[in-house]
Amino acid sequence: MIKKIVLFLGLALIVSCSTSDDSPSGGTTDDFDRAALLTNLADNIIIPSYQDFGPKLSTLKGAIESFVATPNQSTLNTARTNWLTAYKAWQHVEMFNIGKAEALNQYYYFMNIYPVTVSDIETGVNTGSYDLNSSNYHDAQGFPALDYLLYGVASDDAGILSKYASDANAQGYKDYLTAVIDQMDSLTQQVITDWTTVYRNQFVNSTQNTATSSLNKFVNDYIFYYEKGLRANKFGIPAGVFSTAPLPEKVEAYYNQEVSKALSLEALNAVQNVFNGKAFNSSATGASFKTYLEHLNTNRGGQNLSTIINDQFNLARTKIEGLNSSFSQQVTADNSKMTDTYDVLQMAVVYLKVDMVQAFNISVDYVDADGD
Amino acid sequence: MYKSFTTYFKLQTPPAPLAVFRIGFGIMMLISMVRFWLNGWIETLYLQPKFHFSYYGFEWVKPIGNYTYLIFAVCGLSAFLVAIGLKYRLAIITFFLSFTYIELMDKTTYLNHYYFISILSFLMIFLPANAYFSVDNLLKRKTYTSIPKWTIDSIKLLIGIVYIYAGLAKLNSDWLFKAMPLKIWLPSKYDLPFLGNSFMQQEWFHYAMSWSGMVYDLCIPFLLLYKRTRWFAFALVVFFHVFTRVLFPIGMFPFVMIVAALIFFDADVHQRILDGFRFIFKPLRINIEKFDLKSYRYKSPKLVVPVITLFFVVQLVFPVRYLFYPNELFWTEEGYRFSWRVMLMEKMGYTTFKIVDASTGQGFLVDNSDFLTPLQEKQMSFQPDFILEYAHYLGDHFKRQGHQNIQVYATSYVALNGRLSQPYIDTTVDLYKEKESFRHKSWILPFHYEIKGF
Repeated sequence: MIKKIVLFLGLALIVSCSTSDDSPSGGTTDDFDRAALLTNLADNIIIPSYQDFGPKLSTLKGAIESFVATPNQSTLNTARTNWLTAYKAWQHVEMFNIGKAEALNQYYYFMNIYPVTVSDIETGVNTGSYDLNSSNYHDAQGFPALDYLLYGVASDDAGILSKYASDANAQGYKDYLTAVIDQMDSLTQQVITDWTTVYRNQFVNSTQNTATSSLNKFVNDYIFYYEKGLRANKFGIPAGVFSTAPLPEKVEAYYNQEVSKALSLEALNAVQNVFNGKAFNSSATGASFKTYLEHLNTNRGGQNLSTIINDQFNLARTKIEGLNSSFSQQVTADNSKMTDTYDVLQMAVVYLKVDMVQAFNISVDYVDADGD
Repeated sequence: MYKSFTTYFKLQTPPAPLAVFRIGFGIMMLISMVRFWLNGWIETLYLQPKFHFSYYGFEWVKPIGNYTYLIFAVCGLSAFLVAIGLKYRLAIITFFLSFTYIELMDKTTYLNHYYFISILSFLMIFLPANAYFSVDNLLKRKTYTSIPKWTIDSIKLLIGIVYIYAGLAKLNSDWLFKAMPLKIWLPSKYDLPFLGNSFMQQEWFHYAMSWSGMVYDLCIPFLLLYKRTRWFAFALVVFFHVFTRVLFPIGMFPFVMIVAALIFFDADVHQRILDGFRFIFKPLRINIEKFDLKSYRYKSPKLVVPVITLFFVVQLVFPVRYLFYPNELFWTEEGYRFSWRVMLMEKMGYTTFKIVDASTGQGFLVDNSDFLTPLQEKQMSFQPDFILEYAHYLGDHFKRQGHQNIQVYATSYVALNGRLSQPYIDTTVDLYKEKESFRHKSWILPFHYEIKGF
């Protein structure tokens, strides 16, 4: 009864005041199918990305085993090629820090924390005592450790080969290298198995708007990765944005010296593909943040917010393409180009973290407290 | 005029409504304190943060380590004493001081309803709420048959001010003609059974909620005052507050308002409520027949009446102080707090700080999560006084670390009620040189849109 009265009062007022109504046209409704979004993410992006990355990592494991068995220029080259292939594939999964990846005390901590602490690796090689499961060794394993072990242990290839062939610690290097790739492979298999057996359904069915539901966690993780993993780690930190001076030694794949740009472009593509719901294995697109924003009719000054965000990603890509393929050389030669790129990437953080989150009205994983 | 004024202040009325109000208030506050404690919020909101945002002029009010728990214990205990009416005057003063201290410790947790509790408990210091049905009566073997009518009316007036100002604040173009921010908030309640995927998704429903919320706030004090609509109005109060409690995380506030609205009923209703309590306490065999019966008179009305009058003048004037500031109130938030502006904005921001050495021009960005909790960072990002205070904290911090010629610059983007985020703070202004004051903050960049109304 009261409900009806309240509604009636409200309705009567709207009708009586409709002449002065200058509200934006178009209905904003949120009967958006969130399950479809999660299904598209899981079936067409996340699981295929892992299924691409898993075998590439196994191939790398095989190549490293061959190199350890017979260290020569040919096996080294094969290991390096497969390292880069797997590292590029990794850029497509690092942002999915949800489910098993999160439960393993942050899978990405064991895969891609850089710069590496060389002294930890060298001590491990010398003494044979190290614990890759310990948080002290996050920065002494994963792709960055492989980068050091395959490119950085000596100044040229002959020197590197001798470390594994004739050095007094040759066995130590071989053991450490093997331990690193084994750890990466084992963790990756666990994550993939979890996605393909139990977690997929759990993920897809958790559509509520609570701090622990898949959708909310995924949005939070996605933005966190973009802000930290991509913007800060790959660009901001080496460019000295967070320090008093540039830190060119903190780029991704520092010892390789040639691929930091290629890796960051992969990462940006991965981020944008998730945003647009583009399938990993084809050009098909499905329900995504983009279609959600379009559904919510997020008109911002004549443009949908999704267009504004895509434009910003595209601008960032153009900026990155203009950089040296080695970011450490770019930072040393002309850091202003690097900070310019950072600024463009930064603007997208604002659009994602403020405008998109506001449009979704996502419950964020803050401390809970009462509101007004 | 003066004569009718003085006659009014001499009017007497039965004390039961104020007694029920005292009991209800005390119990609700006790529950609030226990709930706050059990939720672990003393730890997460007051002990974990390294830094606390202070109100201007109250920088000395800070959490006091583990003794902060003691403040909450004192506050809860005094609420209990208020409820039973034991050493009432001392209890309500203690409650007012401890509760207000808690609210002043960190403005990150500012809520209008906490402010309401603070000023209401201040008002109650001057009211004879223990005149009837209190332990104090038992101890003094004295009970009162009547109290000044204005004491009950003062509570009604305060509640009326809250509702009316809250209603006036809703008379703006975003709320009425864009259904903002409800249009953002309600659709995200898609989980609600029955309503979630139906009403909550309808645009007309967002407008209906906005308009009826406004009408409710503006009308409810009058509907409660008028005897013939009182029960209907109370039913509305219950429905409205329970409904908002279902929709939004607003804690105890709805229940406090429902209990507070009981004050509008006539004394016989309260008498029946107290009879209910009497029935519970029957086994205690309390005999009040031998008690002195008296009519309550203030010992020093010449002191109390001016204090109460001044209190209400402040309550009427303070919410409109925003008129002294230029630019859009929702954007600058200068004069926004303590004005019953509830749920009017969906505002989010992203603010980063750069510490610069003035002599070299070199600088670096600060990772806010090194210093602030996520809740603090969220609140800081779109409120200028937070941004300024934090900028000074950062400047002082890095000065202690040995940095020299420190300048602090902020880059900030803020989105308000579904508009695209836009730059918020002048990036060329060294905030470390700016001082907090009640004057307009000229380094807030202008808002590109217009929101008409109060």
